[in-house]
Amino acid sequence: MQITLSINGEKHEADVEPRFLLVHLIRDILRLTGTHIGCDTTHCGACTVLLDGRPVKSCTMFAVQARGKEIMTVEGLEQNGKLHPLQEGFMAEHGLQCGYCTPGMLMTSHAFLKTHPTPTEEDIRRAISGNLCRCTGYVNIVKAIQYAAAKLRG
Amino acid sequence: MIPAAFEYHAPGSIGEATALLVKFGDEAKVLSGGQSLIPLMKLRLAGPRHLVDINGIPDLAYIREADGFLRIGALTRESELEESDLVRTRYPLLHDTCQVIADPLVRNLATIGGNLAHGDPANDHPATMLALGAEVVAIGRKGERRIPIASFFTGPFATALGPDEILVEVRVPIPPPRSGGAYLKLERKVGDFATAAVAVQLALGANGACEQVGIGLTNVGLTPIKAGQAEAALKGKRPDDKAIQRAAQLAADASQPSEDLRGPVEYKKDLVRVLTARALKRALERAGGR
Repeated sequence: MQITLSINGEKHEADVEPRFLLVHLIRDILRLTGTHIGCDTTHCGACTVLLDGRPVKSCTMFAVQARGKEIMTVEGLEQNGKLHPLQEGFMAEHGLQCGYCTPGMLMTSHAFLKTHPTPTEEDIRRAISGNLCRCTGYVNIVKAIQYAAAKLRG
Repeated sequence: MIPAAFEYHAPGSIGEATALLVKFGDEAKVLSGGQSLIPLMKLRLAGPRHLVDINGIPDLAYIREADGFLRIGALTRESELEESDLVRTRYPLLHDTCQVIADPLVRNLATIGGNLAHGDPANDHPATMLALGAEVVAIGRKGERRIPIASFFTGPFATALGPDEILVEVRVPIPPPRSGGAYLKLERKVGDFATAAVAVQLALGANGACEQVGIGLTNVGLTPIKAGQAEAALKGKRPDDKAIQRAAQLAADASQPSEDLRGPVEYKKDLVRVLTARALKRALERAGGR
């Protein structure tokens, strides 16, 4: 099936079988490999992308369902060679170790901070509760998001 | 994991969708939020030959009060319920429920219609809708019909929906004054199914007695369970501690859990007792009863 969708502001066309998942289109066809496949069973959130601004698990949606939609992946965070404050925050606060969950964490928190510019720690922990990290214990991830929130507030 | 091949259909109206269901019968499945169906298809536990995606049908996502009901369109996402001021201020049981379904990412796609139509006793809306005395509206080949929620769940993953029918709306009776509700769920971690969960909705009369009581149980049987004897034990009575404890025990007696990694039978039954008592107390507080 021929579909058109926008990823990080750029229009893409692709021919996909209906059973192809969105994450397969993103990684295998369009070669945007920043989005990860973790558990592949709708638990871990490593495959999180934004669908019309809302974080969703791209392993649990068919690519054909994204036709006509605006997708944002982790590759869309950096602008003109400058890292997004969230990416900066994850570096500055050591918000990752192996880095596998990081693209999903970044996308979820990117959408979250747009609607919650001054979050409490509890708000942050609740927002990222669908993204699993097996390294950090989450403490530094929370700090990284707080860093970005402060920077985005200016 | 890649599901088995299927043919994809994206009807633009309910009429087109039901026509596809009539045409393909048992070989078709309705795709709503997909957060239960797609994982099952990936694990090859489900393998529909035809997928009827209803996401492009307009006017199936709304939350409004009209004609004595809170009317919720089947395609309403859990996150939309969670963010609704109407739900938060007037339907605390429903607000509790949609905050603990799966995880925040899943809730951005998962729909209330799918949560009910999937017929999974581990899903959360079924018990809540049993407690609220809701009904669902289905449209099929013969037109529209209303199905009381108490007769909707007919078996594990089975509902009263015909193969040609689509659930289009959920209707919750607008609660009388002095009503309150609560949903309490124990889960091992965010995103896991409930070890057990209890939904309670009650309305108090002028004398402080329970005029209406609804109690629903999640994931402690082959279907969602309406704890009828527990409800009857409270109806017309003042909900004092003794009455609450008695109703909680009757709810535990009504549960039929099986042992699994989440715990043995005795533990789950006792959990139902404890959660029922706590949910009743919280519902009572919210109804202004203590």
